Amino acid sequence: MSLQSLDITRRSATTTASPGQRQTTEVAKLIDVTKCIGCKACQVACMEWNDTRDDIGENHGVYDNPADLTANSWTVMRYAEVETDRGLEWLIRKDGCMHCAEPGCLKACPAPGAIVQYRNGIVDFQEGNCIGCGYCITGCPFNIPRLSKKDSKVYKCTLCSDRVAVGLEPACVKTCPTGAIVFGSKEDMIRHAEERIVDLKQRGYAKAGLYDPQGVGGTHVMYVLHHADRPEMYCGLPKDPAIGPLVGVWKGAAKPVASLALGMIAVGAFAHYVANGPNEVDEENEKEHKE
Amino acid sequence: MKPDPDKLLRFTTAERINHWLVALFFFLLAGSGLVFFHPFYYPFNQLFGGGTWTRILHPFFGVAILFFFTGMFFRFRKSSVLTPTDWEWLRHAKELARGDHRNLPEAGKLNGGQKLMFWSLVCCMVLLVLSGIVIWRAYFSFLFPVTVVRLAAVIHAAAGVVMIALIMGHIYLAIWTKESIGAMLHGWVRRAWAKQHHPAWFREMTGRDE
Ligand code: HEM
Ligand code: SF4
Repeated sequence: MSLQSLDITRRSATTTASPGQRQTTEVAKLIDVTKCIGCKACQVACMEWNDTRDDIGENHGVYDNPADLTANSWTVMRYAEVETDRGLEWLIRKDGCMHCAEPGCLKACPAPGAIVQYRNGIVDFQEGNCIGCGYCITGCPFNIPRLSKKDSKVYKCTLCSDRVAVGLEPACVKTCPTGAIVFGSKEDMIRHAEERIVDLKQRGYAKAGLYDPQGVGGTHVMYVLHHADRPEMYCGLPKDPAIGPLVGVWKGAAKPVASLALGMIAVGAFAHYVANGPNEVDEENEKEHKE
Repeated sequence: MKPDPDKLLRFTTAERINHWLVALFFFLLAGSGLVFFHPFYYPFNQLFGGGTWTRILHPFFGVAILFFFTGMFFRFRKSSVLTPTDWEWLRHAKELARGDHRNLPEAGKLNGGQKLMFWSLVCCMVLLVLSGIVIWRAYFSFLFPVTVVRLAAVIHAAAGVVMIALIMGHIYLAIWTKESIGAMLHGWVRRAWAKQHHPAWFREMTGRDE
């Protein structure tokens, strides 16, 4: 959605300030995996609202369907069967963009304004500006963006930025039959999560906790996990996601410095010519070869 | 050009064409690559038909330069082998930069600096091709773990800058050394020029020690 809201904190590949005069409440979606029954209503609602339809896939012998995120499936339910000290547990996680406060995708993107972060925290791809290089895929710590084979643009969850902009909750939240997904101000969502965690701890999940990873500045999609000490059990949810040193170097201060160095070479070369003149054939050498 | 008894053939027609094809694709690559490097250069995308076209074209320019650069490699590999005299020449390069060539050992067809330039460019090219394939999202990136792609992105950007810096130096030295651009344009140099800048090559070519 292009410019459906003008309150922007960050734009990709832009070195000047973004239009951010207005103040907007920071929002968050809270996914309580302990309440999720894996019905995939949210997957369906997502496709309904966003008018995407995935190809009919194959049965992989597991519940995950489709097997992975695609340019048409911006959220998928991932099912893990793990043995814990409580016995066999079925851990179901709704995967999708985390809407990081410090988004690796936006940092990596070379196309001005192809990725924006609204003041309310939503990270949104503006496909009209996308050039299809896939740098966001390289930058994302959660392996979320997907390059479309149809149009070579990247797609991911928008957190229903179009709905949120007009005061509605995201489609997945609206549809969830168990109330496992809730939406509101980030502050309220943290408070709500805390209540849930107290409840879970009373019911024997000593390590229950909130997943709001600080390595990416916190996220605007958070999880309540029964085993917050081991997020990897939930189909590889990273324990300490961060933009990381390689992307940091790739997109860091070295680039302006390198540009300056290139400029210095040009200036230095010009100065050398002015100071020393050209490298020509000597007089005596010229005379020798005259006849 | 018609053979001129007062001139020496420095580069053959094939060598010259090869060189300028590499140069052409280098400019296309540097111009299009910088588009992704930093927003400061993003406007260059207009030279290639917009951001998306730049993204599509850049790696294919890369495939083209790989082809031509390989040709250059085999043409100049032998004449670029560094000898002890070349290292000695390099130690005196600073004096030459100030216009003083009294202590400069005799350079052959290529001097130490040119040979070093050749091998530096070969290194950059190898790094750029290998890393360029890894970050080519449309066809290859999915074959590699994301950490490898990240590393390749860093290598590609760094090697790209180093190569641009080297070529800037290469161009300046060609401008600074009068008549050397002609050697690559039409192939011929005056005897006096050869004696001045590449004395060992001059003797080799003329069999004389004037
Ligand atoms: C030889 C084969 C090459 C291949 C296959 C290749 C491929 C690529 C690819 C796939 C990208 C990402 C953008 C895109 O998808 O178009 C890229 C970026 C880039 N390329 Fe190349 N390239 C090659 C050679 C070169 C050369 C010779 C230069 C140099 C001067 C160069 C300079 C750059 C730069 C500066 C970037 C931006 C890097 C960044 O900051 O992320 N490339 N290249
Ligand atoms: S999860 Fe990935 S795609 Fe989503 S905001 Fe974070 S870095 Fe961007």
